[in-house]
Amino acid sequence: MSGEAQAGAVLGGLAGSEELEQRRPPQAPRRRRVGLGDWLLPVYVTIAFVFLLIPIAYTFVFSFNDSIKSNISWRGFTFDKWLNVCNVEGGAVCEAFGNSIVIALVSTVAATTLGTMIAIALVRYRFRARSAISLLLFLPMATPEVVLGAGLAAQFLAVGVPKDMLTIILAHTMFCISFVVVTVKARVASLDPALEEAGRDLYGSPRAVFWRVTFPLLVPGIMAAALLAFALSFDDFIITNFNSGSVTTFPKYVYISASRGIPAEANVIASAVFILALAIVVIAQVSRAARAKRLANAAG
Amino acid sequence: MSGREFAERGADLELVGIQKRFPGFTAIEELDLTIPAGSFFALLGPSGCGKTTTLRLVAGLEEPTQGRILIGGRDVTDTKAHQRPVNTVFQSYALFPHMSIIENVAFGLKRRRMDDPMGKAHEALKLVELDHLAQRRPAQLSGGQQQRVALARAIVNRPALLLLDEPLGALDLKLRRQMQLELKTIQEEVGLTFLHVTHDQEEAMTMADTVAVMNKGAIEQMGAPEELYELPRTAFVANFLGKSNLFTGDVVGTTSEALSVDVAGHRITVPVARAQRHQGLVTVGVRPEKVALHLEAPDAASTRNVLGPGRVIDVSFAGVSTEYIVAVPGAGTLSVFAQNVGFGPVAHEGDEVWVSWQVEHGFGLADEPEESDRFPADDDTRSIAVQRREALISELEGS
Amino acid sequence: MAFAAFATTEAQPQAPRKRSRIALLLLLPGILYLVLFFLTPLISLLLTSLQAPSEFGDIGMYDYAFNWQNYVDVVNAYWPHILRSFGYALAATVLALVISYPIAYFIGVKARRRPLLQSLLLVLVIAPFFISFLLRTLAWKQILSDESIIITSLKALSLLAPDAYFTGTPFAVIFGLTYNFIPFMTLPLYTTLERLDTRYLEAGSDLYANPVTVFRKVTIPLSMPGIVAGTLLTFIPAAGDYVNASRDFLGGPDTQMMGNVIEANFLVLLNYPAAAALSIILMAAILVLVGVYVKRSGTEDLL
Repeated sequence: MSGEAQAGAVLGGLAGSEELEQRRPPQAPRRRRVGLGDWLLPVYVTIAFVFLLIPIAYTFVFSFNDSIKSNISWRGFTFDKWLNVCNVEGGAVCEAFGNSIVIALVSTVAATTLGTMIAIALVRYRFRARSAISLLLFLPMATPEVVLGAGLAAQFLAVGVPKDMLTIILAHTMFCISFVVVTVKARVASLDPALEEAGRDLYGSPRAVFWRVTFPLLVPGIMAAALLAFALSFDDFIITNFNSGSVTTFPKYVYISASRGIPAEANVIASAVFILALAIVVIAQVSRAARAKRLANAAG
Repeated sequence: MSGREFAERGADLELVGIQKRFPGFTAIEELDLTIPAGSFFALLGPSGCGKTTTLRLVAGLEEPTQGRILIGGRDVTDTKAHQRPVNTVFQSYALFPHMSIIENVAFGLKRRRMDDPMGKAHEALKLVELDHLAQRRPAQLSGGQQQRVALARAIVNRPALLLLDEPLGALDLKLRRQMQLELKTIQEEVGLTFLHVTHDQEEAMTMADTVAVMNKGAIEQMGAPEELYELPRTAFVANFLGKSNLFTGDVVGTTSEALSVDVAGHRITVPVARAQRHQGLVTVGVRPEKVALHLEAPDAASTRNVLGPGRVIDVSFAGVSTEYIVAVPGAGTLSVFAQNVGFGPVAHEGDEVWVSWQVEHGFGLADEPEESDRFPADDDTRSIAVQRREALISELEGS
Repeated sequence: MAFAAFATTEAQPQAPRKRSRIALLLLLPGILYLVLFFLTPLISLLLTSLQAPSEFGDIGMYDYAFNWQNYVDVVNAYWPHILRSFGYALAATVLALVISYPIAYFIGVKARRRPLLQSLLLVLVIAPFFISFLLRTLAWKQILSDESIIITSLKALSLLAPDAYFTGTPFAVIFGLTYNFIPFMTLPLYTTLERLDTRYLEAGSDLYANPVTVFRKVTIPLSMPGIVAGTLLTFIPAAGDYVNASRDFLGGPDTQMMGNVIEANFLVLLNYPAAAALSIILMAAILVLVGVYVKRSGTEDLL
């Protein structure tokens, strides 16, 4: 699951700091002989990427399908579904999508706040019960989602809390916290302690040092963590399914409609989200590369 | 917050009975030190000798286990780092990467709510000749420029005491020499008290008025650079500050002027005034460049110590000078530095030679050389800090 | 990696501080939250798994009890699902490892000299994350359905028996699991391989090892942390997954996994004790397997 922690880092293109670049090991000089491996590996990797991207391409292509109800066979090209996303089934897709966005936003804010606080405490302070807390943070990531979902549902059942939007948000915040802690902690740990010492040395009170030195330097890590939490929450189905009651999120909508056929409008929403996310990542990566280049030129 | 005012001049620093223990080891055993106002004081020592800890204690980044710290006569032991009239130039410079150069320099002034922080910051940047880069980010500056910004960021606050933690360690040799001169000039210009921590003996000797050599958490010897070099009092100082040839033997004769030491049958004479101990087993020494090499036995003279015959076991030619390693039976091996006044080395490996030096150049030590006393001088304080913390953390985890 | 990230906590070169009051304030809200919404639910789950049906209650009404019989019942009823879960997850993990390793090696080692290509490929690896995984799985279902072009043309070319089918088979479920978790496997592998110092490989070949031996004796051991993290990140969610095996996706009646029966018991049959008992079994089995695996592979410090 925490592969997504790295996904988040790449996703933001933000946590990847310049210091990381320097830790790269020296590179081997170019090899002389062109062997079997030199073309076999690129060919294999190309095929593997085609394989990885097939379902994405399929989803994208079928968002233009002039389907009537279910979106299984190709019936011709149309922009209609993109232009009238909310017109199907009384806007059920859009309602589910809206729910997903609201849930993801609220749980991202909650999980990022709680997780960032924990990350700072873990790196900066020594206390007893430290290993117990590390375990408590690790376990949610090592627990299958179905267990997390069933556990929370059993608890809500036992306490008598009706399942609705709030229970989904509570559940999502819970499983996002650990991922936020991991992502932000890496950033806190890579902070040069001398920077904060310099802040104290230059007459900064503890509060001033935190808000003027520490926090601004943590922002890239916090942003990456927030993006990751948003992505995790937005795409979650299993935990949601156990704790949603009658509320429908976008993944749940897809799951429920799977038996009778997904309308092309769902493909439209998924494709739009995909393009948006990809654009964010590409822009972040490109601007990071440009910044690195600018710095190199200026310092050179 | 201490002093809204700029310090008119440097204040003196007084450390009284300082001890610093970390769980598992003691960084500073017992330290008493007075640094007069306006002086350029260097703390010189190998990795792990406690010099960086001393600096951090003065800055307020660590708390002493025992003892008091006084700046300008005022006890600051219990005040926090941001309340002390002290600024530090960090080894890694620690420039805030998210702020421009000018914001970095103005940071301290703004925290103290001084008038016109930007104007003062620009003036400080002019002093280090970097005002034209005020709007840049630290990452866009070269190492030497960053070092100067770090200096400007510290001195703009006119601290009573400026602490320099190996500030030149990250620069290459040429730039380091240049910055040494600039630092010295700036110190004279602003008249602040500088406390400079370094493991580079050359840096300490060229820059400081007073050098204190630290070893194993205590000061071994303190004085002007020439004094320390010409008359080391301990084996550690004799070897850490340059090289020394040391001999250990019993005192066999004493006059009012000189004492004679028997080193495995060889008699070595040292002036009484230059010897710390006058009886029993003593260690005496001489600097390699004071030793002359002879291809024939020199005439005996009461003003010179002569050892020989011995054999040259190694010759390393370094252009400006040549170092000969001479093995003298009984007395051990000696190092001899000879200026290259002719054409290349005068003796070769295997040659039979004699060595001699003027009696007045010898010195007698207060202790005996220990094998373990020589530290590698090339570890930086940062790695010590890391080692120290790791030791500390493992201690904490264990308890 | 999360697993590695937790290992590094102990060796931070940070000065310990005494102000544990601030640490407490920082930790308390988040930890309390996890206790309330992670730890307590696990206890609820454990208690639920021991419940007995209410004597005069309706369906879905249970009383707290110590009904250990629930565990015996679910194992008797669902042992094929339990075995299938771990079998499918294992197969998918091995397949994902075999498929991902060359990809990660290419991005992390071969593409090092070209940062732009490297980041482009990384974006492509995580690209599937940006599209709902349910839709991705459904896309495969439709691409590989009996009426799809691929299957029909394979049949036309007699490469596939006329009555052969793909969806609904164990093979399809394993295929789906493998596909969905390849990014989870590739990323940790990439992270360790990216840090791999290629001079070790050269030292290996310099010492008369052929490429295969270098790979076996140098590359694989050096990338062990990535392998362990990747396999855990694949195996754990795969064992608990029920989307791929669901009848509406790639599975069929004979491919149901533990996740499917937990879902069915909890949300459809309202047999909460059975669902809870199965969840506890799943979690306990995974914790034991992970513990043994991590110990055997000599990477305890990952946890």
